[in-house]
Amino acid sequence: MKAVSHLADSRAPAGRFDVARIREDFPILQQKVHGKPLVYFDNGATSQKPQAVIDALAHYYSAENSNIHRGVHYLSERATAAYEEARSKIRGFINARNNQEIIFVRGTTEAINLVTQSYGRTFLKAGDEIIISAMEHHSNIVPWQMLCEQVGAKLRVIPINHDGEIVMDEYRRLLNEKTKFVSVTHVSNALGTIAPVKEIVALAHERSIPVLLDGAQAVPHLRVDMQDLGCDFYAFSGHKMFGPTGVGVLYGRGELLEKMPPYQGGGDMISLVTFEKTHYNVLPYKFEAGTPHISGGIGLGAAIDYLQALDWQGLTAHEHALLGYATEALSNIDGLRIIGTAKEKAGVLSFVFDHVHAHDVGTILDQEGVAVRSGHHCAMPVMQRFGVPATTRASFAFYNTTEEIDILVRAIHRALKVFD
Amino acid sequence: MSDLDDLYQEVILDHNKSPRNFRLMADANRKAEGYNPLCGDHVTVFLRLQDGVIQDISFQGSGCAISKASASMMTAELKGKSEAAAHALFDKVHQMLTSETNGDTASEKVGKLAILSGVCKFPARVKCASLAWHTVNAALKGESRPATTE
Repeated sequence: MKAVSHLADSRAPAGRFDVARIREDFPILQQKVHGKPLVYFDNGATSQKPQAVIDALAHYYSAENSNIHRGVHYLSERATAAYEEARSKIRGFINARNNQEIIFVRGTTEAINLVTQSYGRTFLKAGDEIIISAMEHHSNIVPWQMLCEQVGAKLRVIPINHDGEIVMDEYRRLLNEKTKFVSVTHVSNALGTIAPVKEIVALAHERSIPVLLDGAQAVPHLRVDMQDLGCDFYAFSGHKMFGPTGVGVLYGRGELLEKMPPYQGGGDMISLVTFEKTHYNVLPYKFEAGTPHISGGIGLGAAIDYLQALDWQGLTAHEHALLGYATEALSNIDGLRIIGTAKEKAGVLSFVFDHVHAHDVGTILDQEGVAVRSGHHCAMPVMQRFGVPATTRASFAFYNTTEEIDILVRAIHRALKVFD
Repeated sequence: MSDLDDLYQEVILDHNKSPRNFRLMADANRKAEGYNPLCGDHVTVFLRLQDGVIQDISFQGSGCAISKASASMMTAELKGKSEAAAHALFDKVHQMLTSETNGDTASEKVGKLAILSGVCKFPARVKCASLAWHTVNAALKGESRPATTE
C-alpha cells in the first residue's frame, strides 16, 4: 500500500516525523477514556484540533468578533481582513488560481449541493447522464439523485472491483455523448482507496465534461493542487482537516462559477437590490449569502497555517508506515477480513468479522479507550457491494502512533474473547 | 461486574449465537420492518395474531449482538401474550432501556428481559436493543411504513 502525495513538498527536509512532539499540539489527545489513554482512530469522521486552531477561535471571539463586509468600524475591518486572509491561505494550500475560486460553505455536503442545484439545475436536462462511482459517500450520491428527479437526468455508477478500486474500463465505457457531469471521490471514506482522479478528470475533459472531486478524505492526507488535478470543482470540509466544524470549501473554476446562478439568496451576495430587480455580487460573494461562519473560516485558516508548517514528506512517510503496520497487524488476527485493499490507499482500515458485529466491536474497543467508527460510514452502497451490513473503521491521522495500533490489536482480541 | 460484562451477559451472548424464533413465517398476518438508519441494522418481525392474542411470532434480519439478542428474547417473551400485554411490556422495556433502574426493580417489571438493563449505561446502544420492540409495535398497529428507532 502506498500513500501518495500529489505535490511533494521540496522545501521540507526529509527526516523522522516527531509524532510525540506533534501530539503535544493536540490537547484532547492527552486525556483518558474509561480510565485508559484515548486512542483516537475516528479521524475519518472528524479530526482533532491543534491548540493553534482553538486559540484562533478564542482570539477571534475575544478580540475581533464583528460582522464582515459591511461595517466601516475598526472591528469589522479586522474581522473582514482575517476572514479574507483565511480565503487566501486556502487558495495557497490547494493552489487555486485566485481567491474568487474559493467559496466558503458549511462543508463538503453543502459544496456538492451547491454544484448540483446551481450548475446542475441550470445546465443539465432530461436524458443527460451523470457519472459517480460505487464508492461514494451518501453526500455525493443523494444530491445527484435529487437533481436527477428535478431535471430528468440519469445517474450512472462506475463499479469498483474486489479491492475497492474504480474499474477504469467501465468508466471509459460509461462516458458518452449524453454524459454531462462526473462526480467522484478523491479518497473513499469507507475503504481508503485513492481514486486515479487525474486520469478520471482527463478522460472527462476529452469530452468537455466537467468534473467534481469530493476531497473530504483527501485533504487531511494528501497535498492537493487544483491546477495539477485540473478538476472543475473540488469540495472539502474544515473539520476533517484539523479545523472547526461547520465550515468547508467549494473550489470552482472561475469560468464555470461565473456562469452559475446563486445557490441561496440574501445579504452579502447582492450588489444592488430593488423590488424590480436584484444584481448579484461578484465571485466569490455571489455564493455566500448571509453572515458566514466567520470564526470557522478564520479557524480553518489557522489549521492551514499549522499544516503548512509540518514536514509533509515526513508526514506522508509516517502515515504510510502507520497504514502498513496496521494492515499487517490486523491481517494476523484470526477471522478478521479487511474491506478495502486497494493498491493506493490513505489512512483508512475497515474490517469485519463473520461472527462479531461491528457495533459490538466498537463498544468493546471504546471500553479500552479506542475510538473507532462502526456502521455503514454513510456509504451503504459500498457495504452492499461487499455484502456486509457494517464495518469497523479505524481511520488514522498524522498524530497517531504504532503503539496505538498495538492497543487496537489488543482491544480487538478482547472483543473476540467476549464472543468466543 | 464491569459495565461491559453487564452488557454482554451469557444469556445475551447465547441468544445472539442461537437466536430463538429466527425464521420467516409463511402464514403471518402481520409483518413489519425496522431499520436503524444510524447503523444499518435491519429487522423484520412476523406475527400471527388471532383474537387479540399473539399466536406466533418470529423475526429475521441482521444486526449486532444486542439487537439480535433483544429481538430473540422479545419473541420468546411475547408468544402467547395478548396485544394489550405486549403494549404494556413495550412501555416497560422502553423505560428500562432509557433510564437507570437497578436489576431488581427491572426484573419485577419485565421478568427475564431485565438482563438487558445493562444497555442503559451505553447510550449509543439503546437503539440496538429497542429496534425489535419498535418493530413489533408497528406490526401490532398494522403500520405499513418501516419502523425506525428515530
